[in-house]
Amino acid sequence: MPTPQTTLDRLESEAIHIFREVAGEFDRPVILFSGGKDSTLLVHLAIKAFWPAPVPFPLLHVDTGHNFDEVIEFRDQVVAQHGLRLEVAKVQDWIDDGRLEERPDGTRNPLQTVPLLDSITSHKYDAVFGGGRRDEERARAKERIFSLRNSFGQWEPRRQRPELWNLYNGRHRAGEHVRVFPLSNWTELDVWNYIEREGIELPSIYYSHQRDVYLRDGMWLTEGPWGGPRPEETVLHKTIRYRTVGDGSCTGAVESEASDIREVIAEVAASRLTERGATRADDRLSEAAMEDRKREGYF
Amino acid sequence: MSDLLRLATAGSVDDGKSTLVGRLLYDTKSVLADTLDAVHRASADRGLTTPDLSLLVDGLRSEREQGITIDVAYRYFATDKRSFVLADTPGHVQYTRNTVTGASTAQLAILLVDARKGVIEQTRRHAAVLALLGVPQLVLAVNKIDLVDFDETTFARISKEFTAHATALGYSPDAVVHIPVSALAGDNVVEHSANTPWYSGPTLLEHLESVPVEADPHDAVFRFPVQYVIRPRTPEHLDYRGYAGLVASGTVKVGDEVVVLPAGLRSTVEKIDTYDGPLDEAAAGQSVTLLLADDLDISRGDLIAAAGTPPQVTDEFDATLCWLSEKPLTPGARVLVKHGARTVQAIVTELRARFDEQRLASVDSPSSLGLNEIGRVAIRTAEPLPVDGYYSSRRTGAFLVIDAADGGTLAAGLVGAGLPVLDGVDSCTEGGSTAPLTDDHALVSPGP
Repeated sequence: MPTPQTTLDRLESEAIHIFREVAGEFDRPVILFSGGKDSTLLVHLAIKAFWPAPVPFPLLHVDTGHNFDEVIEFRDQVVAQHGLRLEVAKVQDWIDDGRLEERPDGTRNPLQTVPLLDSITSHKYDAVFGGGRRDEERARAKERIFSLRNSFGQWEPRRQRPELWNLYNGRHRAGEHVRVFPLSNWTELDVWNYIEREGIELPSIYYSHQRDVYLRDGMWLTEGPWGGPRPEETVLHKTIRYRTVGDGSCTGAVESEASDIREVIAEVAASRLTERGATRADDRLSEAAMEDRKREGYF
Repeated sequence: MSDLLRLATAGSVDDGKSTLVGRLLYDTKSVLADTLDAVHRASADRGLTTPDLSLLVDGLRSEREQGITIDVAYRYFATDKRSFVLADTPGHVQYTRNTVTGASTAQLAILLVDARKGVIEQTRRHAAVLALLGVPQLVLAVNKIDLVDFDETTFARISKEFTAHATALGYSPDAVVHIPVSALAGDNVVEHSANTPWYSGPTLLEHLESVPVEADPHDAVFRFPVQYVIRPRTPEHLDYRGYAGLVASGTVKVGDEVVVLPAGLRSTVEKIDTYDGPLDEAAAGQSVTLLLADDLDISRGDLIAAAGTPPQVTDEFDATLCWLSEKPLTPGARVLVKHGARTVQAIVTELRARFDEQRLASVDSPSSLGLNEIGRVAIRTAEPLPVDGYYSSRRTGAFLVIDAADGGTLAAGLVGAGLPVLDGVDSCTEGGSTAPLTDDHALVSPGP
């Protein structure tokens, strides 16, 4: 008898199956890659799915210009190490030529949607892989693995197709595209356990380090091009790590001593907060914040 | 590492499915503090004194506004014994297609009834859909047992009535477990209830943790739809030609004789490759790459199967369709069929019968099949397909019916499948076995 498959084996096989379906059915797929842990995992799985052949798709990063230096360095290192192709859509370029305007609060997270949709249109991408997981948030819990988007990139809950067995329907009309989520069925803990099992390297900021931070809306933010502490906010030197990696203006750190993967797994397993709830200001706007952003074409 | 159970919930609207799922998440400590805070806040905003656990799963704005579930929500929880992927499916009649979706991958389904109402129309409809889709194990959760004063007689009466119905649908009695629960108060969900001393069976969670899950029957035949041909053409792998796919059923070993369909070419398995190194053997649910001894012309959409037990290759077969579209099906409809990794043009040449799941009876030669209706049809495809009967291989006996114009999914298709009541209908084409739903369907592999 073959060795029984563990939960991680099954999740890996499912994700590889999804990558291969997309390669077989779409003309111009692309993987969204930010250097964060979920998209790094996506790239790892894509490499496994097509080995020993190269990954048959490029990567796309929508760069807010508010990223952590460590993450951008890591992104470029992964691309070079595996001989991948990376397209970068810089929010700054959209601001410079007037297609986007800086927001008064300085956060650029909501500004990613337009460069993403413009890039999808100009490169004629028809399948866009994202690292979204259904355990992240309630509106994402209802997301399909193949999520149909109209020509405005919008998610319409009532137009989503039933997903039966493991037969995915990727048909779409000209101008429409499909967002594909191979990690749909993974939990945060599965992701970390798999990263450990596979020895996948991550940006250093996922592990505990010393950093100057200030408290805003219950989150530890750090100084950067996105702005710094307001006069009433006090900068403290703390031992922290990041549980999610996004736009610096809205991604908070957690106080943590977890300096390696085993300690991170122990911390995640014992955590009483979801990763988005703990660290993402963008999801705190309203009860339906994520749903509203998805309808606008966000991931 | 624990193993994985995929399950679905089904039941009528207001039976408390979302509350039950919320309770399972809550009592297994799968709900984290910030999520729980949000539920407490939202419950208080609505003037409730205790948290409304259904808010944990009703995700979309319109769902919270109407207090109903519209779309399948996937939930994840784990105990020391197992990991669970749970598809919470809506109960509204117009959203029955979501029950079909949840059931298609489920290894077990929890069917809820309201203890005050007992087995109703929707219960019978959902049980029929679960049986049709070959969900191997059923749990009847008799919910709101607190509202009938934890009455044993009521529970026994509902259990008996449901057993009779499930048996008529082909379930063996040991594949159906009945549990009296109160999702709202938590009785017998995770903890044994002191209010039901007459009930000695497992709690719902104990049952989910211990129910045997036959991931794949040992004697299932080997089936491997080719998804993608891997040809690196790099100096190190100049002549590498691998067929990538996920084992749909059975197992394959190096040296096994195989046949490639629909062409019918034979070869042997030379290597089973993965990124992590070659394997001697691969089983259902594993993504691998097969290398064959002979240089054959194989492409995406072909099926590699055990040479000794190949499926039938046919361009005409009988099937059961669960119609999921508002556009009704009429005889002669031109559609696309996606089977395995192959999509072909097809014509639904005949509507043979429509299943009346309320009376467990069938109506011959209906003029159309509407949203949520289940019917027996004859299909002709533009190219031959290697098909198995659904109950002998849940993966290679299943297909999608797709609208060629807008790409929408119109129906879930099951080759040859039918409920006992439909088996009386004449079956005349050469394709697709019409294996009746018998006890051994409990062994059908739900696959990954």
